[in-house]
Amino acid sequence: MTEAMAPAKEEGFQPSILAFCCNWCSYAGADLAGVSRLQYPVNVKVLRVMCSGRVDPYFVMRALELGADGVLITGCEIGDCHYISGNVKAKERFERLSKLLDQIGIGSERIRLEWISASDGIKFAELMEEFTEHITNLGPSPLKGSATGGV
Amino acid sequence: MDKENVKRLISDMGAHDCVECGKCTTVCPVTRFNPEFAPRLVVVKALAGEDMDLSKDSDIWVCNTCEMCNNMCPYEVDYSGFIRGMRGEARREGHEPDCTQGGLLHAMMRIMANSDLPQKRLDWIADGLKVAEKGDVFLFVGCLPQMDAIFEDRNLNLVETARSAVRIMNHIGIEPVVSPKEKCCGHDLNWAGDEKNLIKLMNHNVQVIKDSGAKTVVFTCPECLRTFDLDYQDFLGDFEFEMVHISEFIARAIEEGKLKFPENISISTTFHDSCRLGRHLGLYDEPRRVLAEIPSVELVELEKNREAATCCGVSGFMSCNSISKVMQMEKMQDAKRTGADVLVTPCPKCRIHLDCSTRDETPVDKGLVDIPIMDFTVLVDLALRGELQIPDVQDKEAEKEAEKTE
Ligand code: SF4
Ligand code: SF4
Ligand code: FES
Repeated sequence: MTEAMAPAKEEGFQPSILAFCCNWCSYAGADLAGVSRLQYPVNVKVLRVMCSGRVDPYFVMRALELGADGVLITGCEIGDCHYISGNVKAKERFERLSKLLDQIGIGSERIRLEWISASDGIKFAELMEEFTEHITNLGPSPLKGSATGGV
Repeated sequence: MDKENVKRLISDMGAHDCVECGKCTTVCPVTRFNPEFAPRLVVVKALAGEDMDLSKDSDIWVCNTCEMCNNMCPYEVDYSGFIRGMRGEARREGHEPDCTQGGLLHAMMRIMANSDLPQKRLDWIADGLKVAEKGDVFLFVGCLPQMDAIFEDRNLNLVETARSAVRIMNHIGIEPVVSPKEKCCGHDLNWAGDEKNLIKLMNHNVQVIKDSGAKTVVFTCPECLRTFDLDYQDFLGDFEFEMVHISEFIARAIEEGKLKFPENISISTTFHDSCRLGRHLGLYDEPRRVLAEIPSVELVELEKNREAATCCGVSGFMSCNSISKVMQMEKMQDAKRTGADVLVTPCPKCRIHLDCSTRDETPVDKGLVDIPIMDFTVLVDLALRGELQIPDVQDKEAEKEAEKTE
């Protein structure tokens, strides 16, 4: 935790959250949540990837750089990845990235990796709900508004 | 492309003096493996005022900025400076280089440049190491801890370099200042043409050093030193504090009789002149003098050493490509051929890249390149403690097998 920097909770703060969802599991889970008419917060923007292993740590860093308050990566359960070990690699990368975010002061609590299967629309909706609440409690990203002009 | 800017670049870098002798092209390692690239032609094209399409011009990004060409040029054309300037131009037009790690490192540096987050920079400080908040000597650690996180799977333990530097300093009674406020020096952004963010990092870092009251700043990383010594001072004029590489610092301590080495096991080493330390900063003798001072350490020179040393193949974490790999294989084969026990590198980045090149499958027979790589600072520290050892060549295949069967 980078408690020192936790910004004061802002009134009416609506976090922007980016979710990288694997096509074969959690994206289908999101679909199922949709057809089952489950509600989840509008703060989450879902980005479909073909596998959680496709998510380069740079994507996450770039999202944070551009002011995302939280980033979620979801993939198939270990053993269920359609490309055998994409999610194992995703997990390794996630752990390294978490360390880096703690070091540089953004805080690993702003990112999350979860496994959700295609049949689990309820888990998907619940996770979105819970993560949004978690990020809302954390407050806005300390990088909000610091246009880095990277690209 | 802003023609005025390019004109200014040409005159600043002395490109008008070019006599088209082509010496630069004959030594360029990139040209050797990619005949389509020629530093002379890039200069000639710019001189002719040709309207280069920077979006398509890959020439400005494939250069390794190793300064072989600068070194060879009879008219002292600052070719690498010219390339850096052109990269700035390309960036202003919105073009980007291919960065390794997808650009993660550059993003991290931009974030540091544009925010003031409370960083955890000093977790590497171990028991028994004495550091201070204020004092005469500042140890600029740079991004060693961050690199360890990014390359954690490679077990490089880069922070050991920082620990070793502190131990060496403690040995001669110095408690160096280390600061959690330090930010990345911006070297990689600078060479990617991102001057704007370099300047932000520069202003911050210089303030941190001024606040510490230090008179001397010691660097274990030649890239940081280059950036401070050449680039920062270019913008800000001469600093009041002095900047030295750890090899200079140690060489001086030896001269002043403050460092004496105990008996160690005999090791034969070979030394990699990193391009930043060597051609950019001209520090060839200092590390050699230090190695010569350690009783049981022998130095066998690489075939290509000092000014002629080939680089590690990647600079600024950009353009790591097949040419980089060929260059790295050449370097490692050269090292292995010397028969030395270890290849010593003064640059942590070179260590990262050269280690990468010999991991997993190699394009040449593994036996031709399997020489362990050791950091210069760590070697000196071990020797000082009488604990010098020949590190194992990590048996990476075996490591992988073990992981699989786990
Ligand atoms: S700096 Fe190095 S890679 Fe670039 S043109 Fe000169 S010799 Fe070639
Ligand atoms: S070595 Fe110098 S003078 Fe000769 S072609 Fe290259 S830049 Fe021009
Ligand atoms: S296919 Fe879903 S995580 Fe790899």
